[in-house]
Amino acid sequence: MTELSDLSPLRAGAAALADNLLTDELHEVTVNVNGAAHTRTVPARRLLSDFLRHDLRLTGTHVGCEHGVCGACTVLVDGAPARACLMFAVQAQSHEVTTVEGLGSSADSMNHVQQAFAECHGLQCGFCTPGFITTITSFLEENPDPTEEEAREVVSGNLCRCTGYQNIVKSVLRAAELKREAGEPA
Amino acid sequence: MKPGPFRYLAPTTLEEAVRALGEHPDAKVLAGGQSLIPVLSMRLARPTHLVDLAGIAGLGEVEVSDEWVRVGALVTHARLLADEDGYAALPLLRQALRNVAHPAIRNRGTTVGSIAHADAAGEMPSILAITDGVVEAFGPQGRREIPASEFFAGALETTLAHDEVIEAVRFGRFPGGTTTAFLESARRKGDYAMAGVAVALTVDESGQITSARASFVSVTDVPGVLDLTGALAGRIPTDVDWSVIDDAVQDHIEPEADIHVSAEYRAHLAGELARRAFAQAAATHPGGNS
Ligand SMILES: Cc1cc2nc3c(=O)[nH]c(=O)nc-3n(C[C@H](O)[C@H](O)[C@H](O)COP(=O)(O)OP(=O)(O)OC[C@H]3O[C@@H](n4cnc5c(N)ncnc54)[C@H](O)[C@@H]3O)c2cc1C
Ligand code: FES
Ligand code: FES
Repeated sequence: MTELSDLSPLRAGAAALADNLLTDELHEVTVNVNGAAHTRTVPARRLLSDFLRHDLRLTGTHVGCEHGVCGACTVLVDGAPARACLMFAVQAQSHEVTTVEGLGSSADSMNHVQQAFAECHGLQCGFCTPGFITTITSFLEENPDPTEEEAREVVSGNLCRCTGYQNIVKSVLRAAELKREAGEPA
Repeated sequence: MKPGPFRYLAPTTLEEAVRALGEHPDAKVLAGGQSLIPVLSMRLARPTHLVDLAGIAGLGEVEVSDEWVRVGALVTHARLLADEDGYAALPLLRQALRNVAHPAIRNRGTTVGSIAHADAAGEMPSILAITDGVVEAFGPQGRREIPASEFFAGALETTLAHDEVIEAVRFGRFPGGTTTAFLESARRKGDYAMAGVAVALTVDESGQITSARASFVSVTDVPGVLDLTGALAGRIPTDVDWSVIDDAVQDHIEPEADIHVSAEYRAHLAGELARRAFAQAAATHPGGNS
C-alpha cells in the first residue's frame, strides 16, 4: 500500500503544473486609447478587443469571429488598421490605439466616413460598421481620391451580413468627397 | 474563443529569448501574432509561455545587397511591401506580398513569421523557396544558416529547433535577364489562395531561356521548386506555347480538397495559373512584346 506521504512529490509536481498552466499572471498595462492613457491590471491573455470593451467599457469596437477574419474589431494602431482580436493588451502598451469612439461618438462629432455611411445607407444593423469606419478612415489618409475599384478593395477584409456592400462602396467614395471638400480652402 | 493562460515574456536580446525557450519546453515565439493568436484562441495550442520578440532591437531592418534582400524578424508584410529598394532588387517580393492577407493583417503580421509558420497556403514560403533563400537561425550555440530547401519539413513543420529564433531571412536575387510573376486565385481578395504560383524566367543576351522555375502555393505540402529549365532551355520565351509545362506541373503538385475547393479544381487552377504566369514573365522581358 502506498503511504500518503509518498504522494507528496507528485502533489508538489501537480501543484507546480497547475500553477504554470492554469493561473493567470497579472500585468499592469497602460495603453494610450483615443489620446488618453488608461491603466488596468489584466492577465497576459487579455485580448486588446476585450481590454477595450470590458476593461475600458469602450464597446464601440465589436467582436464577431475573434480570429481575424470578419474585421468587426478593427482599430487603428499608430494610425494603421489592425485586428484588436489578434493583439494582446500587453502588446499594445507602446502604441497609440484609436477606436471608433475616437473618430466621432456623437451626432455632431461624426467624422467624414461616419457622415458618408449615414448619408449613403452604408449600414443596416451596424454590427460591422465600426470596423469599416476605422479601416476606411485610415485608407483615405493615404488615398484621398480612390477609384471605385480601390474603394471595393479597401473593404475586402471586412464582412457585412446586411448591406450587400454596394452602399458601403458608395460610402467610401462619398467620404473621400466630404474629406476633400473639408480640406479645400474656403 | 479566448486563449488559455500563459506567461508573457518580453526579452530585449536574442540571447535572452533563446534562453527562455530553452528553459520552457512548451514556450512559443510571438511575433505579429496574426497566425499564432487565432491558434491560441481556438485552443489548438496551449503554450505555457509566449516569448514576444517585439522588444528586441535590430530585427526591424530590410537590407539589400548584390545577392540578397535580407528581412529582419520584425519586418511586417506591410513594411516590406512598401520597401522601394527591396522591390527594385527583387520585384517578386511585392508581386507576392500584394496577395498576402488583408492590409489590416499585413500591418501586424511579419514576413519571417509566415515563413516560420510554414503554411503551404502562405505566399512567402514559396518565395523563399524559388529565390533559393536562407533562414538565419539564432540558437544557444549561436547562429546557423538553413537553406530553404532544408527548412520546410512538412505542413506547418520546419527544421528549426525549439530553442532557436529566426533572426532574419535572406531572399536570393535573380541574375540579370530574369523576369518574374506571381499569380493566385482566392475566393475573396486577401483570403488564402485556392492555388497560386511564383515563376522566374531567365534569358541570355540572345534572348534564349537559360532558366525557368516555378514554386506553388496551396497545392503542395511543402513549398519546393519545379525546375523546368530542361524542357525550355534555348527557346525564345515569347515563342513558347506554355501548355508544354502542363504535365510537369501536374506531376509536381499534390492538391488536396477542403471545404472551399476540390482537389481537381485546385489542380486545374495551378495548371492555368502557371501557364499564365510564365506568359506574363515572358511578355515583360525586354525582348518580349509588352
Ligand atoms: C484573416 C487572416 C488571413 C490571412 N491570410 C493570409 C494569406 O492570404 N497568406 C498568408 O501567407 N498569410 C495569411 N495570414 C497569416 C499572416 O500572414 C501571418 O502574419 C503570418 O502567417 C505570421 O506572421 P506573424 O508575425 O503574425 O507570426 P505569429 O503569428 O506571431 O507566429 C506564427 C508562428 O511562427 C512562429 N514564429 C514567428 N516568428 C518567429 C521567429 N522569428 N522565429 C521563430 N519562430 C517564429 C511562432 O512561434 C508561431 O508558431 C492570414 C491571417 C489572418 C488572420
Ligand atoms: S472579431 Fe476580430 S476580426 Fe472578427
Ligand atoms: S450592417 Fe449588419 S453586418 Fe453590416
